[in-house]
Amino acid sequence: MKRKLEISELVFKVISYTLLTMFALCCLYPFVYTISAALSGQHAVDYSEIVLFPKDIQFDAFSQMFSNNMFWNAYTNTLFLTVYGTIWSMLVAILGAYALSKKRLLFRRFFNFFLVFTMWFSAGLVPQYLNYLDTKDVFNAIGITDDKWLVVIAMGMAAMNIILLRNAFEGVPSDIEEAAVVDGATEFQVLSKVYIPMSKSTIATVALFFAISRWNGYFWARQMISNSNEHPLQVFIRLRLEEYTDPEFIAGWNKSYSSDSVIYALIVCSIVPILIIYPFIQKYFAKGVNVGGVKE
Amino acid sequence: MKKSTAGDFLIYDESSHTYRANPEQVVRDDVEKHYWRNVGRTILKDWRLYAMLVPMVLVFLFWRYMPMYELLRCFKVSDEVKEVSDQFFMGFSNFKRLLSGQEAISTEFWRALRNTFLLSFYGLCFGFPIPVILALFFNEIKSNILRSVYQVLTYLPKFISTVVMTSLVTMLVKQGSLTSSMGILSQALANIGVISRDVANAGLLNNPAFFRVIYQVSGIWETAGYSSIVYFAAIIAISPTSYEAAQIDGAGKMAQMRYVVLPSILSTLVIMLITNIGTLLQVGYEKVLLLYNTNTYITADVVSTFAQRYGLASGQQGLASAAEMMSNVLGMLLVIGANSIARKASDVSLY
Repeated sequence: MKRKLEISELVFKVISYTLLTMFALCCLYPFVYTISAALSGQHAVDYSEIVLFPKDIQFDAFSQMFSNNMFWNAYTNTLFLTVYGTIWSMLVAILGAYALSKKRLLFRRFFNFFLVFTMWFSAGLVPQYLNYLDTKDVFNAIGITDDKWLVVIAMGMAAMNIILLRNAFEGVPSDIEEAAVVDGATEFQVLSKVYIPMSKSTIATVALFFAISRWNGYFWARQMISNSNEHPLQVFIRLRLEEYTDPEFIAGWNKSYSSDSVIYALIVCSIVPILIIYPFIQKYFAKGVNVGGVKE
Repeated sequence: MKKSTAGDFLIYDESSHTYRANPEQVVRDDVEKHYWRNVGRTILKDWRLYAMLVPMVLVFLFWRYMPMYELLRCFKVSDEVKEVSDQFFMGFSNFKRLLSGQEAISTEFWRALRNTFLLSFYGLCFGFPIPVILALFFNEIKSNILRSVYQVLTYLPKFISTVVMTSLVTMLVKQGSLTSSMGILSQALANIGVISRDVANAGLLNNPAFFRVIYQVSGIWETAGYSSIVYFAAIIAISPTSYEAAQIDGAGKMAQMRYVVLPSILSTLVIMLITNIGTLLQVGYEKVLLLYNTNTYITADVVSTFAQRYGLASGQQGLASAAEMMSNVLGMLLVIGANSIARKASDVSLY
């Protein structure tokens, strides 16, 4: 028998649907507006005649950007940082987390504290900056002159991610490991044949966290990468924004599309790859929060 | 621990009427004497495991702990040419300058500390309840497909980088000029009369009165959906029979909230609240740095941007690191305190 909804339940349902719809639309609207503004003609953008759909459609803002070598450079650099950065971070994190998950590790408490302390206390911007400058000198001295490698190797490590991995590894039943050891597996084989396959989803989640933070990395890349050809996309976008919102620059602008459209087009280009892979990775993201948030 | 007696060390040998050393104690002495040798042996035997630890330890040592050594600059005369170890020691004068309240820089520091606290405090007040409410709303939607659509849409902004998000905000509330009108959002707000047209036209990001609002609203836009996941997971774990029982007892929606939902998610709520309180002094510098400008320092300048301006841009490294160290130490005490409270309150430790 289906019970009739009480009046208070009905009211709450209506409120939920309305507010949720409004919030979801608020989340979506800026993206729609961005795409429309990137595609609209100069007058329509400059005098804010667009509300939802593009007006006087042009593709010049996009084609101008696609023909810009610097843009493709920036894109390649971001891909480089994301791919190599994620691989490096994952390598360090998986090995470290595996060792930390072992009860027989001597000074285990010390190493855990060593890790967790960096989440509580950081030296701050200035000491970190000076430290990276020193690192840069060292890297140059041993022949790594490409600043991108400095960003890949020295930055982006997060203690929280290692702890997530360590917890996942601790959850692997020790019987399976013992069976593998009896069969003559070495330490690396135990890791690669038992632990990694058994905690695939946490590994995917952590890799995703690393990849997103690499893709979005801005501040230190801007501080540390001196050659503008090596700037990643985020730095490129910010520099264009600073340039294109300068009143003098706008005054000298005479093209069939607004200078704003270029910014909007850039924003579209930087989020499209994320939008494409988003549906596939969303479930890992949701899982990651639950792993990281509250453990029972 | 048992009190040691002479018998622990020496044993009387009846046959030869002499004392000899207790073999157990010999082993104990041996273990104590050769502690580090045994550690070395264990590590050598198990070297693969310890080798795995090496990259992580090195990364953290070089790029997390080495910077802490540079913190010595706080106590030294700033000198860009010399290494920290060679600079002159000058005690706490950097700290005194910042705290005394007598110089302009001190007022600026206190302002930054206050802004840091206020930004995260408002973030806690508005940013904390909204994800909970969202999770309650998600629970009302019984159709899985529709709910997934809503969830996908509301998590989406979380994936956008800070740079893109702040660029969007900048464009949406940009100032008007002779050749172009103001951003679409300022225009909408001016049209419905929330703000006056002149204020909107001058650019909301140039107006110190609006910085905190913009910061909070964009923060909620960015993270509310994503933060609701953890509460939603707690709510969906409630057994439907609990609701049914409450309904049979005649509970309306409010009573169900009060007696079914609230007790079930209370532990999650408490832990998230405590964690948030622990991070009260950790305001991300990137977003502020990308949104503020000279006009809005009054409300926008936080400790890390203060440090960035004085330390990175104008070379007063000692002063800047002293400022940040004070706020970081305070922040660390908050985190540790919050964590120990969480541990006591719920047997759940966050770290």
